[in-house]
Amino acid sequence: MFSYYLDLALRSLRRNKALTALMVVAIALGIGASMTTLTVLHVLSGDPLPGKSAQLYYAQVDPQDIKGMQPNKEPPDQVTLIDGLNLLHAGRADHQALMSGGSVPVQPEQSSLDPFYVEARYTTADFFAMFDAPFLYGHGWTAADGEAKARAVVIARSLNDKLFGGANSVGRTLRMAGTSFRVVGVLDSWQPNPHFYDLNTGSYAYGEQVFLPLQTMLELRLDRNGSTDCWGNGGGGVGSILPSDSCVWLQFWAQLDSPAKAAAYKEFLVHYSQDQKALGRFERAPNVRLRNVMQWLDYQMVVPDDVRLQNGLAFGFLLVCLVNTVGLMLAKFMRRAGELGVRRALGASRRALFAQLLIESGVVGLVGGFGGLLLALFGLWLVRQRPSAYAALAHLDLSMLFTTFVLAVCATLLAGLLPAWRACQIAPTLQLKSN
Amino acid sequence: MSLQIKPILIALRRHKAGTVLIALQIALTLAIVCNALFIIHQRLANMSDVSGVDEANVFVIKNQWAVDQSTQQVDAQVRADLLALRQLPGVRDAAPASGYPLQGGGWDNFVTMTPDQVEPTTDSAVYTGDEHLLDTLGVHLIAGRNFHPDEVVELGTQQAIIPPVAIVSKTLADRLFPDGSALGKSFYAMGATPSTIIGIVDPLHRQGTGQWNQPYAGQSLIWPLRADDARGIFYIVRAKPGQLAAAMREAPKALYAQSRMRMIDPKDGIQDYAEIRHKAYDSDRGMAILMGIISVVLLAITAAGIVGLTSFWVGERRKQIGVRRALGATRGDILNYFLTENLLIGIGGVLVGAVLAIGINLWMVTQFETARLSLTYVATGVVALLLLGQAAVLAPALRASHVSPVEATRSV
Repeated sequence: MFSYYLDLALRSLRRNKALTALMVVAIALGIGASMTTLTVLHVLSGDPLPGKSAQLYYAQVDPQDIKGMQPNKEPPDQVTLIDGLNLLHAGRADHQALMSGGSVPVQPEQSSLDPFYVEARYTTADFFAMFDAPFLYGHGWTAADGEAKARAVVIARSLNDKLFGGANSVGRTLRMAGTSFRVVGVLDSWQPNPHFYDLNTGSYAYGEQVFLPLQTMLELRLDRNGSTDCWGNGGGGVGSILPSDSCVWLQFWAQLDSPAKAAAYKEFLVHYSQDQKALGRFERAPNVRLRNVMQWLDYQMVVPDDVRLQNGLAFGFLLVCLVNTVGLMLAKFMRRAGELGVRRALGASRRALFAQLLIESGVVGLVGGFGGLLLALFGLWLVRQRPSAYAALAHLDLSMLFTTFVLAVCATLLAGLLPAWRACQIAPTLQLKSN
Repeated sequence: MSLQIKPILIALRRHKAGTVLIALQIALTLAIVCNALFIIHQRLANMSDVSGVDEANVFVIKNQWAVDQSTQQVDAQVRADLLALRQLPGVRDAAPASGYPLQGGGWDNFVTMTPDQVEPTTDSAVYTGDEHLLDTLGVHLIAGRNFHPDEVVELGTQQAIIPPVAIVSKTLADRLFPDGSALGKSFYAMGATPSTIIGIVDPLHRQGTGQWNQPYAGQSLIWPLRADDARGIFYIVRAKPGQLAAAMREAPKALYAQSRMRMIDPKDGIQDYAEIRHKAYDSDRGMAILMGIISVVLLAITAAGIVGLTSFWVGERRKQIGVRRALGATRGDILNYFLTENLLIGIGGVLVGAVLAIGINLWMVTQFETARLSLTYVATGVVALLLLGQAAVLAPALRASHVSPVEATRSV
């Protein structure tokens, strides 16, 4: 029965070639445009650490002066050095890491290589375990190494390839900013997107080449990048002096393995704020936030506005294409009232006719969906030619491929539903008589 | 004409679904195209912003230091570099800077009128430079004076210095002192000490070009500082007219001759303003092109949809048309009938579409901080879509008008 209906559908579609082409092209354009933008949105709003992100929390406390306080205002986006160290040493979470970003000059031993700058992350020992950073060789430094301000460094695979030809460089020496560091670990390719743990460096396609103990950076006064926000008489730091304690410039992350622990940790942050207020450091009432990775990305509105705007536009476009198809199918099916009347009179049930018409619209949807897929691949290729940081990430994955086809076929079946139903409503006798 | 409307409405009642679908399609198309055109207009307006820079002759060198040096060492090198650059035959002037107009983003400070003001008056882009900066950029000093060489001080890595004097853009001057009396007055820019306005330039674009900068467009200030950051510095160079390419070739050679301990990226270490402007507005241009393509395709699909549906209706009504023709209706009458029918559906569609367009814009205002849609766009869109509908229906309507009266006697 199905193959018979399919044959009928193909015959009917072939009868009005221009019209069929118009419907297919409209569906393909709509699907192509919306799948391109949806894929970009999907990539950009993706989970950087699937399976782990729900247990990682970003802590915010409010150490600002009483001046300028407004009710319900968010605390600063980062922490001060003193608060960060206090939270780190309190050790109330399963894992915790305090960090900031910067860049350091690398002075290669090979004379063939000119000195160059690399992006650096200054952090504490738990960083690698917390964020599931994969090691190719060696391992991270220990908390004791950190406290001892060890001249230890973990380098990225790309830097290891460049400097050590991809060999196991653990134990080798790397000269940076005039100081010798010992390589303790080499990370395998690792670049979470978005760069959730520090969004100040750019949200996408950003990866550090070296990871150094924060305490070592504090001692050596290495250069910082990223944002520093100060209040009151706080200064951004003069010369090689660090920002004052009325400046926030570090990120504090905590791993909390259960919701109960997260709730307890939030309580702890409130108590901490109260203690600091009692000590006279904090002036405001406790104002804390504890967001997990996805909540944090959402709060920081990490997906660019233009991408969301394009996505909305593309779906509006798809809607117009579908309305267009509904209109054309309706006209087409109604036009065939005579033929349908004959089939009804010869004993075909309403359901059979309905199925036949739906198959016809399904064929249009399938062909349109395939065209849409090609257009989406082309659209994503165009996106990748753009210079924005996230452009290179725009690839169609399996789930989006599947979504494309489901969307295309569902959309056209939906579009065929009303016309098919209307065409089946008319009584066969009336159909025959009117001719 | 007016006589025809009633029978048309009665006929349309027999094609409710088709009528509603065409009207809906027109409404959605109008809503999307209005907003898309509005966005295109905004982005194009952004892209035509005047930077104030002599863009034909200015280029920027991004110079990074390869070794850690003290501020004094950096300062000595920067002075030597500038001297070398200014002596090049193709170079008119050169200046040190921590950022430049259309850079894409950079240093900005809140500005207040008093040191203890809680809510800032406004925000200003901050540029640093020496007494050569104004001539190097080619910005126009419209009041006051340039910096004196002895007013320029060195600014070390991440150091916070508030100089006692500043040159501001006219836009910022007018924002702070709307009565036009800015020259000689002081303001505070996130520091405890004031800066006195000694000169006013017009215009001087901010570094940033993004949505965020819109409320503060054109507001910038220059402080007499030599940015001796241990990491690196921008050298802004103005070539003599017609010698830009030569100067861009010679400048890095002159710098490397001064010292090898620097890094100038061979790919984007040296950029002229054509490239800077191209990069700064890349996303705006991309968005405008995308919106343009979507609008054109949308209009084409809607027009094709109208042609298709009307063709069906004409085919379906051949017999009725034949009867009308046999009863004395002229070809013009038939043509008119279909044109009027389309106009009626179109009017219904654009009415809904106008409301939708404004609704979508209001939603975008809350979501994306875009501006309010000007009604001119809606009016233009309405006219455009009605004309599009008439044009699309013309071919099927002409075919209908050619139906012969004999058709009345034929059975299909």
